[in-house]
Amino acid sequence: MVMTHRPLLAILLPLCAAGLILCTGRRPNLRDTWTFLAAGGQCALVLSLVPAVVAGQVVDTAYVELLPGLALQLRADPFGLLFALLASGLWCLTSLYAVGYMRAGQYPRQTGYFACVAVALSATLGVAFAANLLTFFVFYELLTLATYPLVVHRRDAEALAAGRKYLAYTLGAGQCLLLALVWLQHLVPGATFQPGGVLAGKAAPGVLVALCLLGFLGVGVKAALMPLHGWLPAAMVAPTPVSALLHAVAVVKAGTFGCIRLLHYVFGLDVLQALGADMVLASVAGATILLASVRALGESHLKRRLAYSTVSHLAYIVLGAVLGSPAALAGAMFHMVAHGCMKITLFFCAGAIDIQIHRLDIATFAGLGRQMPITFGALTLGALGLAGTPLCVGFISKWQLGLGALQAGHAVFLGILVLSGLLNLAYFLPILLTAFFGPGGSGAPSREARALMWMPLALTAVLSVVLGIAPNAGPGLYHLAWQAVGQIMPGTAPMLLGGAP
Amino acid sequence: MTAHVPALLVVLPLLAAVLVPLLALRSVPLAQLIAMLSVGGVILGAGLALRRVLIHGTWHYALGGWAPPWGIEYVIDPLAAGMALLISSMALPALLYAGPVVAAWSAGQVGAFYSLFLLLVTGLLGMVVTGDVFNLYVFLEISSLAAYALLATGGIRAVVATFRYLLIGTIAATFYLLGVGYLYAITGTLNMADLTAQLATLHTSSAFVVAVAFLAIGLAIKAALFPLHAWLPDVYTYAPAPVSGFIAAVMAKVSVYALLRLLVFVLRAEGAAGQALLLLHWAAVVAVLAGALLALAQQDLRRMLAYSSVGQMATIVLGITLGTPAALLGALLHMLNHAVMKGCLFLALGGVQWRTGQVQLADFVGMGQRMPLTMAAFGVAAASMIGLPPTAGFFSKWYLLTGALEAQDWLAVLVLVGSSVLSLIYFFRVLEVAYFRQPGVQALQRELPWRMLTPMVVLATLVVLLGVWNQVIVTQVLQYALPHGVAWPRT
Repeated sequence: MVMTHRPLLAILLPLCAAGLILCTGRRPNLRDTWTFLAAGGQCALVLSLVPAVVAGQVVDTAYVELLPGLALQLRADPFGLLFALLASGLWCLTSLYAVGYMRAGQYPRQTGYFACVAVALSATLGVAFAANLLTFFVFYELLTLATYPLVVHRRDAEALAAGRKYLAYTLGAGQCLLLALVWLQHLVPGATFQPGGVLAGKAAPGVLVALCLLGFLGVGVKAALMPLHGWLPAAMVAPTPVSALLHAVAVVKAGTFGCIRLLHYVFGLDVLQALGADMVLASVAGATILLASVRALGESHLKRRLAYSTVSHLAYIVLGAVLGSPAALAGAMFHMVAHGCMKITLFFCAGAIDIQIHRLDIATFAGLGRQMPITFGALTLGALGLAGTPLCVGFISKWQLGLGALQAGHAVFLGILVLSGLLNLAYFLPILLTAFFGPGGSGAPSREARALMWMPLALTAVLSVVLGIAPNAGPGLYHLAWQAVGQIMPGTAPMLLGGAP
Repeated sequence: MTAHVPALLVVLPLLAAVLVPLLALRSVPLAQLIAMLSVGGVILGAGLALRRVLIHGTWHYALGGWAPPWGIEYVIDPLAAGMALLISSMALPALLYAGPVVAAWSAGQVGAFYSLFLLLVTGLLGMVVTGDVFNLYVFLEISSLAAYALLATGGIRAVVATFRYLLIGTIAATFYLLGVGYLYAITGTLNMADLTAQLATLHTSSAFVVAVAFLAIGLAIKAALFPLHAWLPDVYTYAPAPVSGFIAAVMAKVSVYALLRLLVFVLRAEGAAGQALLLLHWAAVVAVLAGALLALAQQDLRRMLAYSSVGQMATIVLGITLGTPAALLGALLHMLNHAVMKGCLFLALGGVQWRTGQVQLADFVGMGQRMPLTMAAFGVAAASMIGLPPTAGFFSKWYLLTGALEAQDWLAVLVLVGSSVLSLIYFFRVLEVAYFRQPGVQALQRELPWRMLTPMVVLATLVVLLGVWNQVIVTQVLQYALPHGVAWPRT
């Protein structure tokens, strides 16, 4: 056991930055420097934890005791670190993009915006490093509160309505999660997250069913499982960098992260299988994958289409987590990374388009691909990746998920994955066809957005290809996912294409 | 000197109450200083008493040297000392806050105001430290009479509200007195410890049922337990801000304390006392939701806070009547937490009203920009009322929920969760309007004077600190304040 305060520092750093941002609101350049410093510093802190965790050490520090035997406790395990790396890494790129976007669009209230994003990233890292459900819950609620002002950033009636919906869903779910948490503490006092779960043999089946329902209602809202997804398309009224970082990566991934934590670190898959709850959850996830893809087909607004695509892809992660085979679980964990990289690219593109032509109706993109080749090139890479094209990162996770479905003996879910891939193409290809081969020349000629915007989106697009070719590049995210799987299901070895490592 | 701390807790503010109106005629600031110093002395004394009883156990103090059960006895256990500390600690910020509010009044009015305020504090302190059921009645009347007079200083609407409160309050006090009379008729004693000793004779007597009924109804009216809450909304709404900040924080709680003291500590929840707790339990279940729903229906924010108090007082009663250790801890912790957060809310709201004259929800547009610190304090306290971690309200809700789960009382679990969802709606509504609605014209920022700002900022900070370090309070104080060896039937 290693004691280090680096996880805490990674959480506190953005909080301090938020304070500084609020104090220096009148000097935009100085203010935005704090964001860059916090994002870079947080990323460096998280990266510095990688060697210890990869070496198999448990980094675990308990702070003030909040309830009997239950402290505010932070722990860096492979799965948490995976999520932390994803969130803080993408925050660095998003900060660059957001500065470009907010300045190009001359958005009001930028100080509040950057402060809230910093608090949200602090909360996200708290979620990632939480060692018990109480700590998780504290940061999970903070994440909700910090993102609410971002959703209502425009302050008009539509934004306020979306904000109310957002809070009703997420804080309502918070109450369910709280009840599950109190109950858990009542059944297993002082329980921390343990690979394989802590609830086996601790409660009667009836109690477990109730706990399951409460817990998954609690995390299912942020994971946007249908029918709990209604807030996500509505939240697209937020500025695009928010949609990109928070509603494609941090917030929704905190939901799926919570699903996996609950499934494999609190309940344990055996308990759920004994209840039959795993197949219920898998069916819900399977249905969400297909239904959300179909809903995406019907949306003509780019951001809303992306939102439904997000709903669908989040369900991939939940599906992989409940199938119960090592490959599916690794696929689910890695899909958090894969989907994060690809979807953030797509949202960055949407933001760039919005800034240039002030419209996001797909029909108005005709010919735009020839005028904004970098943006639409990145959009193409992201879209193809999400559909599961080889050499893109989406392929790796999807392959694992499909393989896992077969391993678990549920070929029907492989069918759903394939069908969903086709639906992905069906809702992305028209965008690309319109943009590259549409008539064009109808409106004023457009060009690429400013460098501060196109560079981050090109980077994330390249990143999604690099990770598709070498999933272990950089900090070894793919390896981390397998390491986490190895802890949950001892005796499994990493696989890439189905055989030995 | 320290040997007489129990008496000083009551005598100090009483003396100051006599002295302050005279001093005010010469120098108002001096009178204010003396008022605050006396309350500061009480805080110190209550702190000392708490420390002593935690180390040496319950402190029995015979007033005037007359031995109980003939003389009046003050009994300080951890619960009483904690309550005394809470009452005096909430009185100090309210007194500081009152300075600018009374600045325009004449010296005579100011003196009367501070004197009445100190009498109110005296009465409430007396109620918690006394070990004599009749003496409790006397202090109940002292605090009530002082409260009636204080409320009446709030303008013409307040006078009507006060008259109504006076009628209802007098009926409640009379109910209590009748209950005491019956107890005295059966046992011939007024001393609490003596009553407990004679329980065996007591609960075989049929008059005991009548006595308990009168006591419980009288105190339930005073504690504003729905449907006996009718006096509370008007009173909290029309009282001057420092007064509503103080009475909303502690006054109804002292009556809940008296209920807990009598039914559980003194009568050991035996016979009719146990049945009374059961009835109170059902009343509380209804009242938690009724208070929250009524709060939701209000446009006047003072009334919203008042109805929220109705619901929260019921939450505390619910915790007490659930009776499991966690639920009792939750109820006691919530007494503390709710006092701090509701006090903060009323002071903040009163500040907004004092500065801008606005109390209607619709007029709060842009208030976050106009009075940033005041509204920030309001926001923190509201988050705690909703029960968001890591504020204090979260942890009392935690213990109450654990208690309900321990008792396997699923209805109570639902009611507690439902109440925090409702409070989420009605508090969030205010924050949305104050921070996120666009004001038509940009209003200028105008904060309150420091004497009004400091108390609410301190209380808001305390809301967070009490949350993060709640374990210190629970493990080092509250768990010693629980009634031991008492169990009551619940179905």
